[in-house]
Amino acid sequence: MAKITFIEHNGTSHVVEAENGVSVMRAAVDHNVPGIDGDCGGECACATCHVYVEAAWQGVVGGRTETEETMLSFAAATQDNSRLCCQITVSDALDGLVVHTPDGQH
Amino acid sequence: MNHVSTMSNRESVWSLPLDLVSPADPQLFKDNAHWAYFERLRQEDPVHYTADSEFGPYWSVTKYKDIMAVDTNHKVFSSLSTLGGISIRDQRADFPLPMFIAMDPPLHDEQRKVVSPIVAPGNLAILEHTIRERAIAILDSLPRGEEFDWVDRVSIELTTQMLATLFDFPFHDRRKLTRWSDVATTVAGPGGLVETEEQRQQELRECAGYFMNLWNQRVNAPPTGDLISMLAHGESTRNMTPQEFLGNLILLIVGGNDTTRNSLTGGLYAFSKFPEQYQKLRANHDLLDSAIPEIIRWQTPLAHMRRTAVADTVLGGKHIKAGDKVIMWYVSGNRDSEVIERADEFIIDRARPRQHLSFGFGIHRCVGNRLAEMQLRIVWEEILKRDLDIEVLAEPERVLSTFIKGYLNMPVRIRN
Ligand code: HEM
Ligand code: FES
Repeated sequence: MAKITFIEHNGTSHVVEAENGVSVMRAAVDHNVPGIDGDCGGECACATCHVYVEAAWQGVVGGRTETEETMLSFAAATQDNSRLCCQITVSDALDGLVVHTPDGQH
Repeated sequence: MNHVSTMSNRESVWSLPLDLVSPADPQLFKDNAHWAYFERLRQEDPVHYTADSEFGPYWSVTKYKDIMAVDTNHKVFSSLSTLGGISIRDQRADFPLPMFIAMDPPLHDEQRKVVSPIVAPGNLAILEHTIRERAIAILDSLPRGEEFDWVDRVSIELTTQMLATLFDFPFHDRRKLTRWSDVATTVAGPGGLVETEEQRQQELRECAGYFMNLWNQRVNAPPTGDLISMLAHGESTRNMTPQEFLGNLILLIVGGNDTTRNSLTGGLYAFSKFPEQYQKLRANHDLLDSAIPEIIRWQTPLAHMRRTAVADTVLGGKHIKAGDKVIMWYVSGNRDSEVIERADEFIIDRARPRQHLSFGFGIHRCVGNRLAEMQLRIVWEEILKRDLDIEVLAEPERVLSTFIKGYLNMPVRIRN
């Protein structure tokens, strides 16, 4: 289990208890966290699960996959700490993770 | 069922020898008689080879997951115009403008990167107000209690005005946009939209001149919110060659023209077939958030996208060879009940309404998806605010095409 905090563009935060093994996108969608769409269901094929990972967590979460890199390069407002969160798997190590959502998914 | 796959149509399709089942027949789409073909293929032969058709030999990919597999595997399945491009009818090699929809990486990626942020939600918010004003003006001008054509008066007019808004295109010339979009995608021929290829090229040159003029005006003026100004001033776009600029611009116009138009008609048509869904929406306007993607799924404005295999590969147990034409039938994948529950039905409060194929997936996924949704949302918000009671008076007439799934006309009346 991991407690994950999603902070919306407008500052509202949502805390979710996520089970190990699911993706961070799935955890968000299943808990109705606004700001994460997940149109492709986690195939890394839509870029509508874009999040910014808080600096302290970047090392723990790790880097992007090759496909993810390409999809993110098309998204608006991509930053160094951007990830597609369907490509991040929940584990105990992520307990306390904080991510921010962009002003819109596209 | 709600589709006009009449009993006789269904029975005759199911009794055909399998190798003669060929859904790529424009007449089938015009007659709305394609459903039974796809139903049978999904069940009996999801990845299906047709040896002979008016478009030559081709593979039909009919299930959601197989379509996803092709759409996300651009290394094997190419979009390149010189291999035939992105629709079942092979692209003419002399197509005048480069468009990234018919390119592969790395060129595709470079160009898409430049255009994509321009139609991201943050930028769209700037345009919302004007689009809404124009939608309101059109809706308020519609006659009450008398028959009119929804396609012409609403779908085409709204789409055209919305395009004009997006580009801040001279308003009195706005039907030029529709014309150029139609001309860019049509097949020249006697009796057609353009009679000859020369005429087509001539009109596109006129289009090019018009847009270069607008570019020059905007690049020398302070930035405004429209797409041309954004392209002219954007850090990564302002150094585009004229060819690139025009190619991208026409792609944005073509991409947003028929698709949005037919979603506007398709939505009203869907509500007329499923009136209880409209009552649900009238009672709770918040359902628009899920109703809009459901309209786009149910309509599937582009019936397919095509790829050309560039390596031998296996899909759904079938051996596809390098050079083969592969058709992703979105119109079929969107009715795949293994992935979408009660897929034939129009249900506006689905739990995962955006899980549909109408925008494609992977690196070519529709750049304008959120823009399209925004335009449809504005129109339906204004229809609901006015509580317009719109009656569809007859079956719409459909487009003769295996690519553009749409309507030529649909007679309606607004009840007083
Ligand atoms: C309901 C309306 C629309 C539908 C159903 C639709 C559908 C599609 C589809 C199926 C693709 C190809 C996806 C793939 O190959 O995986 C696509 C690509 C594209 N669409 Fe749309 N579209 C719509 C509206 C728009 C609008 C309004 C615009 C204008 C901004 C637009 C611009 C584009 C562009 C530029 C591409 C090429 C993307 C690429 O190749 O990377 N579309 N669209
Ligand atoms: S859900 Fe589509 S890319 Fe993550």
